[in-house]
Amino acid sequence: MMSILRPLIIIACLVLVWQIIIWLSNVPHFILPAPARVAEAWWVHHATILGHAGVTLLEIALGLLFGALLGALSALALAYFRPARRWLLPVLVASQAIPVFALAPILVLWLGYGIASKVAMATLIIYFPVATSFYDGLRRTEPGWTDLARTMGASRWTLLTRIRVPAALPALASGLRVATAVAPIGAVVGEWVGASAGLGYLMLHANGRVQIDLMFAALLTLAFFAVIIYFIVDTGLRRALPWQPDKLPTEQEE
Amino acid sequence: MTNNHHQPSDNPASKNSRADKNSCAGISLAAVSLRYEGKYLFKELQLDLPQGQCSALLGPSGVGKSSLLRLIAGLQPFEPSGRVIIGKNQAQLPGHLSAEIAYMAQQDLLLPWLNALDNVTLGARLRRQRPDHARARDLLRQVGLADYERALPATLSGGMRQRVALARTLMEDRPIILMDEPFSALDAITRLRLQELAAKLLRGRTILLVTHDPLEALRISQRIFIMSGRPARLSEATLPEGETPRDPADTALLAHHAELLRHLRAADDDSAFGAQQ
Repeated sequence: MMSILRPLIIIACLVLVWQIIIWLSNVPHFILPAPARVAEAWWVHHATILGHAGVTLLEIALGLLFGALLGALSALALAYFRPARRWLLPVLVASQAIPVFALAPILVLWLGYGIASKVAMATLIIYFPVATSFYDGLRRTEPGWTDLARTMGASRWTLLTRIRVPAALPALASGLRVATAVAPIGAVVGEWVGASAGLGYLMLHANGRVQIDLMFAALLTLAFFAVIIYFIVDTGLRRALPWQPDKLPTEQEE
Repeated sequence: MTNNHHQPSDNPASKNSRADKNSCAGISLAAVSLRYEGKYLFKELQLDLPQGQCSALLGPSGVGKSSLLRLIAGLQPFEPSGRVIIGKNQAQLPGHLSAEIAYMAQQDLLLPWLNALDNVTLGARLRRQRPDHARARDLLRQVGLADYERALPATLSGGMRQRVALARTLMEDRPIILMDEPFSALDAITRLRLQELAAKLLRGRTILLVTHDPLEALRISQRIFIMSGRPARLSEATLPEGETPRDPADTALLAHHAELLRHLRAADDDSAFGAQQ
């Protein structure tokens, strides 16, 4: 009961603080609109907002799918093939020195104003946390398990598939959680640079026409869906890894 | 023997297969040297373990007991001048894994995502063989966990987990068992029970047991080696008469215990002196 109530209370408090700031500072509505005004804008434009949200959600979902797949495959290749480790790992690490956001204009130039450039952007952002955390997990297999498997006559391949991969799944899961949290950023940044649809596009457009209430409505919609996606992924991962203790001892006391 | 009476049908068969393997399953080390960070842990070490007996290896921490065990298991490379002979293999290459050895470590090393039964049959799946579930169930029954085959390791107590590990070791059905402090993480009573269970179920196999518990060594082994110094040497301690597992309250055993403790304390001083040099 409290677990449902608590987020609602937190949201109510934040909205209250927002309203108090409006009352106290008396800022004009084109700088910071009041919560009621944003709600009204959302209601008036909800068809438009949800239509654009659908595009952004599709970009996030596809980005997550491709980024997670590519990241997991890279981690497996790095863990299994020594040459891959020697040649690809430095490239992978060095590639992170390039800010992915700086690539957004190039991606739009190459892949166009449609959904492809945003999916590519989200994929790039998601790829790295997934690849590094899964690879880290694969590298840190409990040495005792490796020893035991070797005395049992395991091949390198069965050691990977039967022991190292399942053992690294919790690490992959935390990578996926980070990826899910940053995925909306990738999609929205892509939309800011150049797009014809999506919540990022809508926000930029509304900003340009000083429809700040609409911009806030779009922003809050994006935040809402980001939280929902994170919640779905997190719950799914917990269900998939039931042996993984996912609570800290202090949390269990409650 | 008495405990196996109620299952006469499969007893002779398993005994025969064990005897066949045992006929050539001793361990022999000749001039084995191992260096760690440039210093010799042991140098030109000699050790012969007769087949079918349990030998205990005692000694101070860090003297190289576990390294020696891992070396015999083929998990630890050593200097090429030495030779490890396991069973019928004439000379084992450093770092070569023998198919005659099963390894049991201090931690149970159960995979947390597999239930007890799947953990017991892990070896078969790692070798891409069809797991023999009937035998695995029988072994779980023998270690007293018949009702826990679907249980995940996290739901089992430390003693139960180590019993699953024992069943997994038995499932491999190897003539040689290497054990690295297998019961040291357990409480005293659980430890005594598991020693008895292991002594009973592993009888007839060649066992090398690394332990830091002299009582454990006295209870379940036929020979006791003490490893000390750097580079380490091996010396043999005497044992009381009688069948294993020996009664921990037996006066002869307790006398040997006192003697062994004195011996180990001397070995510890020896090693401390060696380490300072």
